[in-house]
Amino acid sequence: MNFDFSDEQKQLREEARRFLADRCPSTAVRAVLEGPEPYDKALWKGLAEMGFLGAAIPEEYGGVGLGHLELCVIAEELGRVVAPVPMASSIYLAAEFLMAAGSDAQKAKWLPKLASGEAIGTFALPEGVGKVTEAGINASVSGGKLSGTKVPVADGDVADLAVVVARSGGRVGLFLVDLTGPGVRREVVDSIDPSRSQARIVFDGAPAEPLGSPGEGWRIAADVMDRAAVLVAFEQVGGADRALEMGRDYALDRMAFGRQIGSFQAVKHMLADMYVAATLARSNAYYGAWALSTGSPELPVAAATARVSATDAFQHCAKNNIQVHGGMGFTWAFDCHLYYRRSNALALSLGSKSTWEDLLIDRLRNRNESPAAA
Amino acid sequence: MNFDDTPQEAEFRAVARAWIEANAPKELEADLKKSGFAGVNVGNRDPLQLSKAWQKKKAEAGWACLHWPQEYGGRGASPIERVIWGQEEGVFGALSGTFIIGHGMCGPTLMAWASEEHKRQLLPTMASGEHIWCQLFSEPAGGSDLAGLRTRAEQASDGSGDWIINGQKIWTSGAQHSDYGILITRTDPNVPKHKGLTMFWLDMKSPGVEVRPIKQANGQSGFNEVYFTDVRIPDNQRLGAVGQGWTVSLTTLMNERLSIGSGMPTGFPELFDYCMSLQTQDGPAIDDAAVRSRLAQYAVKASGLKYTGMRAISALSKGETPGPENSIGKLVAGATMQDLAMFALDLQGQAGVINGPDQTEASSRFQAMLLRSPATRVEGGTDEILRNIIAERVLGLPGDIRVDKDVAFKDIPTSGRA
Repeated sequence: MNFDFSDEQKQLREEARRFLADRCPSTAVRAVLEGPEPYDKALWKGLAEMGFLGAAIPEEYGGVGLGHLELCVIAEELGRVVAPVPMASSIYLAAEFLMAAGSDAQKAKWLPKLASGEAIGTFALPEGVGKVTEAGINASVSGGKLSGTKVPVADGDVADLAVVVARSGGRVGLFLVDLTGPGVRREVVDSIDPSRSQARIVFDGAPAEPLGSPGEGWRIAADVMDRAAVLVAFEQVGGADRALEMGRDYALDRMAFGRQIGSFQAVKHMLADMYVAATLARSNAYYGAWALSTGSPELPVAAATARVSATDAFQHCAKNNIQVHGGMGFTWAFDCHLYYRRSNALALSLGSKSTWEDLLIDRLRNRNESPAAA
Repeated sequence: MNFDDTPQEAEFRAVARAWIEANAPKELEADLKKSGFAGVNVGNRDPLQLSKAWQKKKAEAGWACLHWPQEYGGRGASPIERVIWGQEEGVFGALSGTFIIGHGMCGPTLMAWASEEHKRQLLPTMASGEHIWCQLFSEPAGGSDLAGLRTRAEQASDGSGDWIINGQKIWTSGAQHSDYGILITRTDPNVPKHKGLTMFWLDMKSPGVEVRPIKQANGQSGFNEVYFTDVRIPDNQRLGAVGQGWTVSLTTLMNERLSIGSGMPTGFPELFDYCMSLQTQDGPAIDDAAVRSRLAQYAVKASGLKYTGMRAISALSKGETPGPENSIGKLVAGATMQDLAMFALDLQGQAGVINGPDQTEASSRFQAMLLRSPATRVEGGTDEILRNIIAERVLGLPGDIRVDKDVAFKDIPTSGRA
C-alpha cells in the first residue's frame, strides 16, 4: 500500500514551498488585500513560468502534463501562503471544465492560454443569495446570446473567459463566454477576503458558445465541482497547517504570568484540537486526491468528504489561531486575519458547507444502496 | 498513490487468507459480527474457552504474535505483515481481546527486560494463549499521574533477596483470568517519584494476591481491583534495575501506541444504517436536514480516522515508522462515539430511554455505546493526557510545570484539603 505522495511529488512540494517563500511573503498578500491590484500579477506570471498553472494540463494543450496529484501538492502550498492569485477560478475550475467537456477547438483555443497565465478563466454559477439549485438558474441563452446576472463570480473582474451555467431551451447547460467581448458588464464587489476578488457580471446579449452536450450541464458542473473541491481542500489543508504553526509559534514565544502561554493546558489543548482537525482533514484530502487521480467512481463521496473536512479544519484552525494570539490576533498588523478571511471565503467558494454535507449524505446513501458497493 | 499490495504483501495476504479460510471458527462468524461496545459476542458459548482455542490453533500454525521472533512463539513477520494478518483475520480478531494486554504490552516489556531464560519460559505460552497476562500499573492514587503510585516493594529481612509487596492496583483489565502480570512498585519513597520505582513480573496465583472485579458504571465488570498483602516475588523476576521502573514502564506504554491499523470504532456505520431505516412521521430520519448535517460531521471523522490509518500502514509498507498522526485515534473515536450515541437515542424521542422488547437491536447497541463510552475517554490515557501528548511531543509545546518533580515522594501532599 502506498497511500502517500511519491518522492518526486514531495520534491515538487519543496520546490513550490521555496518558490512561494520567496515570491509570496505575507507582504505580497497584503499588497493585494489593501491595494488597487486585483491579484498579484508578478506571482501569477511566476507560477506560470514554474509550470504550476499547467501541471495537470496535457502537453498537447500547452501544459506540463504531470497530473492531478502534482496539482494537489501545488494547491496545498498556495493555501499555506494564502496566495492572492486566481488559481481556483482559472485552473481548478475553468481549465477542468474545458478538459472535462471542451471540444478540441475549445481546448486548443483556451487551455494553452490558461496554462501560460496569458488568459484567466472563471466559473459563473450563483445568481445571488441562497443555495444554488438547478431550478434556480435564471440566466438564459437564446440564439447564441446570453442574458442574466451572475454574482458572486470569483475573479470575475479580471477573467477573460467564463464558464457560465445558463438555461437554454428549458434545459440547463454550460456556455463559454469571452468576458472581454460585447454584452458583458462587470463590477467588483466587496468581500470578506479582498485578497481574492469577487465580481458581479451582467450579461446582456453576450455571445455564448455551448460547452459539452446540451442538458448535460448540471452533471458536468457537479463532476468538475467535485474535482475542484479536492484541489481547494488541499488549499484549505495547507492554510489550516500554517494557522496551526502560527498559533504554536506564538504560544512558544509569548510569556504571561511568568511562563510561556503554550505551557497552559487551556492553550495546549486548543492547539492539540487544531492538530486533530488538520490531521483528519489531511487524511480525507488524500482520499480525495486518490479518487481524483485514479478516476475512481468513489470521487463524489471522496470529494464531498475532503471538502467538508477541510472546510471544518481551516475554519477551526484559523479562528483558534486568533484566540491563541489574544488581542494581538485581532490587529490588522498580525497575519492571523489573512487566514481567518481566507478560511471563511473558501468555506463558501464552491457552495456552502451545508450544501456539501447534503451532497455527502446523498452520495453515501447511493453507494450503500448500490449493489456494487464495496 | 494507491491502496495496492506490493507483490510480497499480496503473496503473504494470499497465504494468510487461505489458512484463515480453512481454519477459522466459521460457526462463530455471525455472532462475532455483532460484537461491539460491550465486548466479544459469541452467543451463549464460553468466550474465554473459544478465545484460547483459536489462539492455540493460530500458534500451532505459526500465526500467533506475528511480529515476535520465532524462538519466543512468534513468526518473525514484518510490521506490515502483522497489519495484513489483522485485515484478513477480520471478525475473528475479536477473539484476541483477552490477549491484547499480554501480546501488546507485557510481551514487549519482557522481551526488552527479562532474562533469556525467562523469555524462553514465558513468551511462547503467552503467544499461544495458554497463559493470560495482565498489566498492574494504575492505582487509586495514580492514574494519569502513574508515577504517583504507592504499592510498596520491600526487600525481605530473611536474606533471601525476595521482595515483599503490599498495596493495591485498580483498572486491571482481565486480572480475573490472568495467570501472570507485570507489576510496577515503589521501592524508595525517599527520592523523587519517578526515581523510586521498580518493575517485576509475578505469578497471579502467588499467596496474598486477591482479585476483586469492579462493578462499572455501565453495570459490567471488565476491570478489577487487585490487592497485594505480603506477596513474595523472587528478585530474579525483577525487570530492569532497582529504581529503573519508570524507564521500563515506558517500554510498555510505547507499545500501547503501536497498535496501528486496528481502527477504533466510532459507531458511524451503525448510525448511518439506523438513520436509513428509522421512520419518522416525515419519512426516513435520513431525509431530515438536521440529521444529515450531524451525520456528515460524524462521517468525515470516521473517514479521517480510516485514512489516517491508511497513511500509517503505507509508512509501514515502505519500512518507515508511522508519524505522530496516529495519536489522534482514541481521542477522536471516544468523543465521537459518545456524542453519536446521545444523538442516536435523541432520534427515538422519549422511547430512546427504554431497553427491551420494544426496542430494536440497533437501539440497544447505541445504549450500550452510551454507557460504555465514558470509559473509552479515560482508559489508556485520558482525553486530556492525549492532548498533552499531542501538544508536547508533536507540536513541541512545553511540558506542564511539575511542582512535585524534585520533591521526595514521601513529602508530596496527598490531599487537596490541608
